[in-house]
Amino acid sequence: MKPPKFEYHAPRTVDEALALLGRYGGDAKVLAGGQSLMPLLNFRLARPAALVDLNRIPSLAFIEESGGRVRLGAMTRQRTIEFSPVVAQRLPLLKEATRWVGHLPIRTRGTIGGSIAHADPSAEYPAVLTALEGEVVARGAKGERVIKAADLFQTYLTTTLTPDEILTEVRLPAMAAGAGYALEEFSRRHGDFAIIGIAAVVVRDGQRCKTARLATAGAGPVPVRLRAAEEILERDGLGEAAIEAAARKATELVDPDSDIHASADYRRHLTGVLTKRALVRAIGVARG
Amino acid sequence: MADMMTVRLKVNGVAHEGRCEPRKLLVDFIREDLGLTGTHVGCEHGICGACTIIVNGESARSCIMLAVQADGAELMTVEGLMQDGKLHPLQEAFREHHGLQCGFCTPGMLMTALDFLRTNPSPSDREIREGISAVLCRCTGYQGIVNAVRAAAATLRGGR
Ligand SMILES: Cc1cc2nc3c(=O)[nH]c(=O)nc-3n(C[C@H](O)[C@H](O)[C@H](O)COP(=O)(O)OP(=O)(O)OC[C@H]3O[C@@H](n4cnc5c(N)ncnc54)[C@H](O)[C@@H]3O)c2cc1C
Ligand code: FES
Ligand code: FES
Repeated sequence: MKPPKFEYHAPRTVDEALALLGRYGGDAKVLAGGQSLMPLLNFRLARPAALVDLNRIPSLAFIEESGGRVRLGAMTRQRTIEFSPVVAQRLPLLKEATRWVGHLPIRTRGTIGGSIAHADPSAEYPAVLTALEGEVVARGAKGERVIKAADLFQTYLTTTLTPDEILTEVRLPAMAAGAGYALEEFSRRHGDFAIIGIAAVVVRDGQRCKTARLATAGAGPVPVRLRAAEEILERDGLGEAAIEAAARKATELVDPDSDIHASADYRRHLTGVLTKRALVRAIGVARG
Repeated sequence: MADMMTVRLKVNGVAHEGRCEPRKLLVDFIREDLGLTGTHVGCEHGICGACTIIVNGESARSCIMLAVQADGAELMTVEGLMQDGKLHPLQEAFREHHGLQCGFCTPGMLMTALDFLRTNPSPSDREIREGISAVLCRCTGYQGIVNAVRAAAATLRGGR
């Protein structure tokens, strides 16, 4: 189908974009990569009065590392992230996750800000943001605020961003040198959204586990941080029994839904299987 | 119509100008306004890949881009592959290795493969499969396409 009528604006600065959003009072939508919003418009599931296109705001696309963290502008393309040396070195989990996001011709347009603001429960970037305890910067008429991952995702396709705010930046702490990481995912075809995805980070000290991080995609309306499973590893180490116990705990921590792709029981089962796989692989590549 | 906008862009090196509503999809602009019907349109929501073209050097779905977003852009469509009356090595390989049957997915397959081989000039078969998973083909069963992309990669590496 074709999109309904809308007014179109392509501002050059964030201030202009915010003024436009203010002018439409909640009836305008921000257009980033369009890889989720355009299908919704074509299906006429979204009918905004206006689109405010961020693609001509150069200041929103950047990757910068400083003071132990990496800042990514909201309009940074998924493909830029995939091939970024800074990301490869400091955020290898984000790089690995990116290869699971759609396909090359999707990633050329799709952005990190759009992926996070869209908050699809099966998307990879929200799981990475959650696992790495990142935060986002939102700008609105009243100024700027920083929102932690844990406070961002509310439910399906819903965040705590208000309609007159623009997500301008994603901030992720650089991963510890030698940290092990893995993103394990199951989907029917490569490039489909995850039925279940598990992001894992392990910082090891021999057989001891200094830090474990686990977060899900597809296991409920928002990404789930599997803290109680992480604690098992941090307490009991990285042996086989601890991995098994953590994977079992993971299945208890999620409350997935059934849909046409998979039943809740199957998703719960997969959560355990993929947690184990992600941990084994993360521990395998961890140094220290 | 009040809200018509001007779009100026280059397609396959040729400058074009048109006027359209902001809601006009880029693929429809290319096909209807510019008369370049080589680019196909299938699902209109980003899934099938038939509409894939090259936008400023990178592959993109033209059914989930607006024509007005391409103002000032350089596009390449399947019509731009052939040079001086000679098929592009990818096109040659698709013909040679039965990479197409009905041809509906072919423009999108070719443009996707073009960009894929630029990012990965020596792909494994597994990587080729992952690369072309971006485009759906209802005819070939994909094996001919994998063979064609593998062969084209070798030719392109050879610098032809
Ligand atoms: C075939 C296909 C397969 C895909 N597979 C996957 C997959 O496997 N995994 C995955 O994660 N994604 C997948 N996607 C979605 C893709 O990653 C999108 O790029 C992403 O969901 C949205 O990012 P975008 O930049 O395209 O945003 P848009 O589509 O432009 O916007 C999405 C939503 O976020 C809002 N928004 C965007 N940017 C901002 C901002 N800066 N501030 C405030 N609000 C904003 C918009 O208003 C809109 O509501 C797929 C898409 C397609 C077409
Ligand atoms: S027509 Fe564009 S992806 Fe199907
Ligand atoms: S050749 Fe018919 S769809 Fe691919």
